[in-house]
Amino acid sequence: MKIIKTVQIEKLVARLAIEANLILRRDVYSALRRAYLQEKNQRGRKVLKAIIDNAAIAREEKLAICQDTGMPCVFVELGQEVIIKGDLKKAINRGIEKGYKEGFFRNSIVKDPLFRGRGQYNPAMIHMNIVLGNKLKITILPKGFGCENKARLKMFNPTARIQEVKKFIVDTVKDAGPDACPPYIVGVGIGGTADYACLMAKKALLKKIDIRHSTVDRLTCKLEKQLLDEINRLSIGPMGFGGKVTCLGVNIETYPTHIAGLPVAVNISCHALRSASSSL
Amino acid sequence: MIKIYTPLNKKSVQRLKAGDEVLLSGIIYTARDQAHKRLVRDKGIGKGRGRDKGLPFNIENAVIYYCGPTKTPPGKIIGSCGPTTSRRMDEFTPQLLKLGLKGMIGKGDRSPGVCAAIKKYKAVHFLTFAGCAAFLNKYIKKARVIAYKDLGPGAIYELEVKDLPLFVGIDCRGRSIYKTKK
Repeated sequence: MKIIKTVQIEKLVARLAIEANLILRRDVYSALRRAYLQEKNQRGRKVLKAIIDNAAIAREEKLAICQDTGMPCVFVELGQEVIIKGDLKKAINRGIEKGYKEGFFRNSIVKDPLFRGRGQYNPAMIHMNIVLGNKLKITILPKGFGCENKARLKMFNPTARIQEVKKFIVDTVKDAGPDACPPYIVGVGIGGTADYACLMAKKALLKKIDIRHSTVDRLTCKLEKQLLDEINRLSIGPMGFGGKVTCLGVNIETYPTHIAGLPVAVNISCHALRSASSSL
Repeated sequence: MIKIYTPLNKKSVQRLKAGDEVLLSGIIYTARDQAHKRLVRDKGIGKGRGRDKGLPFNIENAVIYYCGPTKTPPGKIIGSCGPTTSRRMDEFTPQLLKLGLKGMIGKGDRSPGVCAAIKKYKAVHFLTFAGCAAFLNKYIKKARVIAYKDLGPGAIYELEVKDLPLFVGIDCRGRSIYKTKK
């Protein structure tokens, strides 16, 4: 058994919130650099240059990468041999507030979705997962709403052809068009239930975009590559100005599902895909 | 590269074509969706309208920047300050254009209704580098909140900008960069 105090968690969450918002993920940064070399469209190149410069300025001047410091999504992997002294959820939310205040980030959360209210820093979206072991792993993904607003879910018939599923995913990106800050990273969740497909689509964004994952089987891997090519053929391009680079990467997560269904969820991320992770 | 200044005038707007690159200097005002809702309400023209209380700034030939910045760190003029999705303001834009608004800065495309209104009132929709909020910080020379402080990042800021880099998204003929791309 390992005992973890809530103060430690609070501190870790605060640090990760700051790191995620100031330092662009290395895999995303490299993908943008590659995209810059690849892109032929002059306006698109200019946009990619600004995006790359922006990452450097954010890191050096400690300014948030994007003014939309997002709704903080917190993924917790709690080892079942860990004992937490105190209230875990409170500690996470306090850590978020602390980090966001220290980083001078935006208080983009409203208390009531319908009746709105003043901006605040939390609550975060907390997803708990109990796993084996004696570690507590926390990952923070600040998700901006320009792109979150473009998320989609479709419950397909189990007899749907793979082409139909592909079309739905590509069309979701097509409909987002220039609005949600392309070049995009596309997270896809296939299987499970309606709610679980949406969660998988979001979680898929946490995986590195430049390496294919051993957890994904070969057929899914192939599908990711095909989708990336098809999406790039949409020629939306950086900021929607046209060009080769519409999408930096497609990550798919799958899960067994019911004989009567085929849930497919898509969660789009803008080029400023930010996340940070660490363990206690 | 075309240099233009605020307040805009008919001539400077008319020579802009979708796709042009522009450097804008002068005073601009930030406003997001909730601020828009209040602007039309305060003017007595929106849903749930009351009497005309007037607007917190002179909208005649003005430029609105769709932006909700982060908090201002010590020693800085403003925090990160990139554009937000313009479409969320579509509902209110024709009403503000009618009042004399000349320019808007945001990201993404607009509805056909807004395109038509831009054409009708000879205005312009600019785009600036989306998701480059730290990069855009250096173009802001002065910033202060002038209205709706309770909206936090959605308050109206008066910004003085110097050579803010923009693209013409929709010109005063209603033509869009997204239809003329490549």
